[in-house]
Amino acid sequence: MNEYITLSLILFTIGSVGVLVRRNAIVVFMCIELMLNATNLAFVSFSRQHGNLDGQVAAFFVMVVAAAEVVVGLSIIVSIYRTRRSASVDEASLLKS
Amino acid sequence: MTAFWVLAPIMVIAALGLVFARKAVHAALCLAVVMISLAVLYAAQGAPFLFAVQIIVYTGAIMMLFLFVLMLVGVESSESVKETIAGQRVAAAAIGLIFGITLVLAVGQTVSGAVTGLKAANGNGNVYGLSDLLFGKYVLAFEFTSALLITAALGAMVLAHKERLTPRHSQADIAARRMQEYAESGRHPGPLPTPGVFARHNAVDTPALLPDGSPLDSSISASLVARGQVRDGFDDDIHEIVEQLEGEGDDK
Amino acid sequence: MFDLQWLLIAIPLASGAGLLVWGKEGDRFGHLIGTAASAASFVFGVVLFVALLGKDAEDRSQSTNLFTWIDAGSFHVDMGFTFDQLSGLFVLLITGVGTLIHIYSIGYMELDERRRRFFAFLNIFIAAMLTLVLASDYLVLFLGWEGVGLASYLLIGFWQHKDSASAAAKKAFVVNRVGDLGMAIGIMLMFAEFGTSSISAVNGAITGASGSVATALGLLLLLGACGKSAQVPLQSWLLDAMEGPTPVSALIHAATMVTAGVYLVVRSNGIFDASEVARTAVIVVGLVTLLAGAWIGCAKDDIKKALAGSTMSQIGYMMLAAGLGPAGYAFAIFHLITHGFFKANMFLGAGSVMHGMNDDVDMRHYGALRKAMPITFATFGLGYLAIIGFPLTSGFFSKDKIIETAFGENFWIGMGALLGAGVTAFYMTRLMMMTFITGKRWKDEVHPHESPRVMTYPLIALAALSLLGGLLLLGDWITEWLEPVVGHAEHHELAIPAIALTGIITLVAATGVALGFLLYGRRPVAAESPSDNSVSFFTRAGRHELFGNELNDAVAVRPTRHLTRFLVWFDGKGVDGFVTGLADRLGETSQFLRKPQTGYVRSYALTMFGGVAVLVLVLLAVTLA
Repeated sequence: MNEYITLSLILFTIGSVGVLVRRNAIVVFMCIELMLNATNLAFVSFSRQHGNLDGQVAAFFVMVVAAAEVVVGLSIIVSIYRTRRSASVDEASLLKS
Repeated sequence: MTAFWVLAPIMVIAALGLVFARKAVHAALCLAVVMISLAVLYAAQGAPFLFAVQIIVYTGAIMMLFLFVLMLVGVESSESVKETIAGQRVAAAAIGLIFGITLVLAVGQTVSGAVTGLKAANGNGNVYGLSDLLFGKYVLAFEFTSALLITAALGAMVLAHKERLTPRHSQADIAARRMQEYAESGRHPGPLPTPGVFARHNAVDTPALLPDGSPLDSSISASLVARGQVRDGFDDDIHEIVEQLEGEGDDK
Repeated sequence: MFDLQWLLIAIPLASGAGLLVWGKEGDRFGHLIGTAASAASFVFGVVLFVALLGKDAEDRSQSTNLFTWIDAGSFHVDMGFTFDQLSGLFVLLITGVGTLIHIYSIGYMELDERRRRFFAFLNIFIAAMLTLVLASDYLVLFLGWEGVGLASYLLIGFWQHKDSASAAAKKAFVVNRVGDLGMAIGIMLMFAEFGTSSISAVNGAITGASGSVATALGLLLLLGACGKSAQVPLQSWLLDAMEGPTPVSALIHAATMVTAGVYLVVRSNGIFDASEVARTAVIVVGLVTLLAGAWIGCAKDDIKKALAGSTMSQIGYMMLAAGLGPAGYAFAIFHLITHGFFKANMFLGAGSVMHGMNDDVDMRHYGALRKAMPITFATFGLGYLAIIGFPLTSGFFSKDKIIETAFGENFWIGMGALLGAGVTAFYMTRLMMMTFITGKRWKDEVHPHESPRVMTYPLIALAALSLLGGLLLLGDWITEWLEPVVGHAEHHELAIPAIALTGIITLVAATGVALGFLLYGRRPVAAESPSDNSVSFFTRAGRHELFGNELNDAVAVRPTRHLTRFLVWFDGKGVDGFVTGLADRLGETSQFLRKPQTGYVRSYALTMFGGVAVLVLVLLAVTLA
């Protein structure tokens, strides 16, 4: 069982580091999806560990929310790209002091 | 467990590829690999429904959405390797390592006890069990997700909507503008002449001929001119034809 | 008729205000209007005084209430005036001498292009001074008190283009504020103690109050009197006040305003009768000023400053007399009136001399002016005889009475007053000799000449008054006249007969005259004053006004300046430093905190991720522990 969890944690960490180091907003977004998927794996693993389907339901909800999030997030990226002609997260630094 | 040991290294390598790939498209492909592998792992862990959903929704829909946006935003733009924020990469790597090692060593080892398995829970079938929960215990949350999806769809429409700031041009406007341009700059108001008219060939690389037999430059695509693929040598040709025609006349 | 006594004040006040707002065309007749207003006031004053003479002794205090000035709860002040024996005499003195000086000023200020304004100020002074003496309430009196202070300030600084004049005006104003502070606190104390500031009510109620209240009130009023009358320790402004035009010196700084302190003490006789301490303080102040003024008068070469020292000294006599209680009040007023005559006369005489000497005030540049200015010499001589107490002149009677009363009080006080009489005779003789007798020392380009008649007639009138002022004592008239106001005094029997004391006084004065004649009349007088190093300490101290200015500097001015500097420094470095320092530190902290705010979302994400890592570690540590 532990190997599934460990894999999930490794994927989550890789996703987190990806969020931090990538500048392309779409790639950053993909890393976030990776993190979500890692948690889903953990959910499904725990579901099997405990012998009930609640974990799978949770994973299902995560997928739904992720789908909604992707839709909104990508449209934000597109509209930012439309106005700034760039998809780099560093370019959107207007809050700089 | 065979599936796991085969897929786990692939997934980690693909995930690392997601982080390190310079081109966004490569990153997207790596993510797709991870997602499909994940789907297999779901199937291996007694979650056939999620296996299907993972393939259809994630790999199918969401990844396609990502690729669409990538195409829109500029598929060719690859990031520069240089990091702009000082120390960001080192710090991210260090914190990532600490975080990952801590989790793996400490939290990852906390799961203990025998694996119950889903044989009992999936007694009536996995989909039956899930739907039982979804429409029973979690029905309220399920309804909320529907509201969430609607809102997200509306939000995406609002965000993607482009306000029209200038009035739409009618056909009459366009015609008037063309005539205006003709009056001012002499630009031809009608459509360009098609290639090959009155020429020996009607191929696109053959310019149209004016009544005096000289070729009309504007009848050839600019890109063909740039490539030097315009067929020429018509001046000689025309004389041959004239002679031919005269010869035929002589025959009569 | 006495209900109209406010007209006494209103006429010059309206005239003064009118002259101030009148345009340039008023220049032609402004001085005449001013003089006429003063004369009208005088005539009305005489009418009222005659009417007062016709009344019974008990009925001679005529009060009128013009309107309610302040009415706020228990705080009630009426704009009330009282014309009684005391204020009647003062009204005559002020308007009479004032009118003469107005007339004199027509000539004296003839060439001054701001003559109209000068007369407006003089009128305002007359109005304020009359308010002061007619007031039936201490607060109304204070109104006049401040009014004369204002007029004094304006007139000392009348030639404001001279730095010395504006500085002198400022000095007079500031020093007077010290005295006025005492006066103001005194009035507040009256309100606190008696609930009223009416003069009659306060002086009536004082006997029922505790002795300490009477002492406090007496000392506070004395402080006010010291400021206005240039008594030690607030004497320093008077000599500088001579920067003003000479008619001003004569009217305000000799005859009337500076005697307001004496009037205040006499008017507040109830308070001073109730407190032995306050009376003793008045005597001490009077005696010290008497001698200090005489000392200064001996040393000054500036004719106006010598006369100013003499004024200080003579007011010291009045103060001394006023401090002697009911026995002396009447004589204080008597000397005040005679002094008003002869000192105004002498100041105007000095003005006449200056007029003929191109405004030179240094007596060492005079000499032998008796031939060039016979009328001025004659009138000045009469004033001189009066002040040294030549028998049968006005000063003879008034000073004699004061010294006699002083001996009745205490032998040493009497001796001090007697010594003052001798010194007075000496310095006045010195002044007389240096100015009119001795050899001529003026330069050739100076052409001394007699002043026009508009200036000499007032001199003659005042000289006559100086000579005849003693008639007021005829049959003890003035003592009896003032008795209802100041109270009855037991007559002290002296160890020696009064006539013998009179002889002694005359002898002492004669000694002073002889000494002055020997020192200045028989020997040539240097045209330049000897330097400070070549004269005795006494002369040096006298020239420097007994180092009063230096004392003020050391005691008040310099510590205040240091305190101010310290406060400015503390305000700048301490208060502002704290406030701005706080802001600066805040700014620096913000600048430091601003650094992490790069605006890069990845930086924030890194921070967040680091936070999560720390959280995990902490959780782990807690769990393992």
